[in-house]
Amino acid sequence: MSELDTIEQQVIDLIARKERIPPGSITLDSTLQELGIDSLAGMDLLFDLEETHKLMISDEVAQQMKTVRHVVEAIRTAAQTAQADAATTLQP
Amino acid sequence: MRRVVISGLGAVSALGIGVPALWDGLAAGRSGIRRVSVCETTELTNPIAAEVPAFDPAAFLTPGDLLLLDRFSAMALVAAGEAWIGAGLELTDQERERTGVLIGTGMGGAERQDDAYHDLYDKRRGKSRPHPFTIPRIMCNAASSLVSMKYHLEGPTLCISTACSSGTHAIGEAAEMIRSGRADVMVAGGAEAPIVQGVVRAWEGLRVLAPAGDDPASACRPFSADRRGLVLGEGAGIVVLEERERAVRRGAVLHAEVVGYGATADGGHLTTPGVAQPVRAIRQALAQAGLAPDQIDYVNAHGTATRLNDATETTILKHVFAEHARKLAISSTKSMHGHALGASGAIELVATLMTIERGVVPPTANYRTPDPECDLDYVPNEAREMRVDAAISNSFAFGGLNAVLAIRRA
Repeated sequence: MSELDTIEQQVIDLIARKERIPPGSITLDSTLQELGIDSLAGMDLLFDLEETHKLMISDEVAQQMKTVRHVVEAIRTAAQTAQADAATTLQP
Repeated sequence: MRRVVISGLGAVSALGIGVPALWDGLAAGRSGIRRVSVCETTELTNPIAAEVPAFDPAAFLTPGDLLLLDRFSAMALVAAGEAWIGAGLELTDQERERTGVLIGTGMGGAERQDDAYHDLYDKRRGKSRPHPFTIPRIMCNAASSLVSMKYHLEGPTLCISTACSSGTHAIGEAAEMIRSGRADVMVAGGAEAPIVQGVVRAWEGLRVLAPAGDDPASACRPFSADRRGLVLGEGAGIVVLEERERAVRRGAVLHAEVVGYGATADGGHLTTPGVAQPVRAIRQALAQAGLAPDQIDYVNAHGTATRLNDATETTILKHVFAEHARKLAISSTKSMHGHALGASGAIELVATLMTIERGVVPPTANYRTPDPECDLDYVPNEAREMRVDAAISNSFAFGGLNAVLAIRRA
């Protein structure tokens, strides 16, 4: 399973658990609104993902999230940035 | 002149969940004070409290609600649920706009605040920062807001935070809102859940907490010469206040009438209680009630069991009631439900109301030794059958804020 698949699955599983809906009912194109994720629930979801992956999603990116895909991409981008930053810091 | 009655009541206290549990405990003179179990105690030198036994918010609330809540709000919602169901209100949209909420709290969401700060400061916990819901969980108005959301109430809704007088001020001010015509129904009371290490440890610093000793249940001894301080508690007391004619028209059960309310400030010392302004608060309540001092049968005392409070409160009662002071039945129910800070006054108002309804005065538990400075009738240790038509409930807060409610048989 690739990195992307892992993040995708994690996001879907987390939403399923928080919203008490079957993971199979969630697709990348599901909107957060139709999954019942309001602004508060969205904050809670992002908080958990940020803490798990030890990264930060900017407020600007967070405010633009409308679908599960947006969430997955934001986490993936932030994870890559974090990795790149770590690589930079390691250089002498 | 608009009058205000109590048409519903609810309580969560160290004596159990619900008004029947509270009343059974009080009437039996049973103490709800025990060793602390709701939080870790490693930092506490004195780990006793009046905890609500087996309070599991999950038994009453949905997982979605729980995520947004502090323990103090959960207790407020449970007590409000009991009061609301008891009142049997069915409101039209228009009536919702005339129904508000006023729930007091001294500290707000102490549990979640303690936990969030712990997450931030203790990196061993593996969290980088407080949970994003921390602010809505801990804000003092959370209890009022959540109750208004639960019952879709759209009238004036606010929070009063006046330390140990919060619950009494909340009920008094809510009654005034009905009298003045701003609302027809108010859900009012107090809620507090301060039994977390940060808060209890801070209270220890004030040197007013009773030591645990070998028998925590007997640690709180108001008015007794061997009293050694207060015991922190938690809980919620909520009443549904209703404009009297409205309540009569719909055939509601009228538990009692809120006839008087007094509110004054010492304008003196932050923690040392005064005499003149509590006296004036009681007189205000009696004057509004149209009651002469000798018409009061029972006083639910502030009675914290600190050396200073109990002697001062005795002096205050002698000032107001003169010779009649010796005929008053006075009790401190904090000896049993502890000092639940912002919830105390509201729990005590429920106790006072039950005293009128049942014709039984709850005792001051753990009363052992007469104190020359406290020489009135504190109904020691055993409940007393006695007809009570009118009573007052006192709350005197840190910060010198005094609140007194007078209620009578409806």
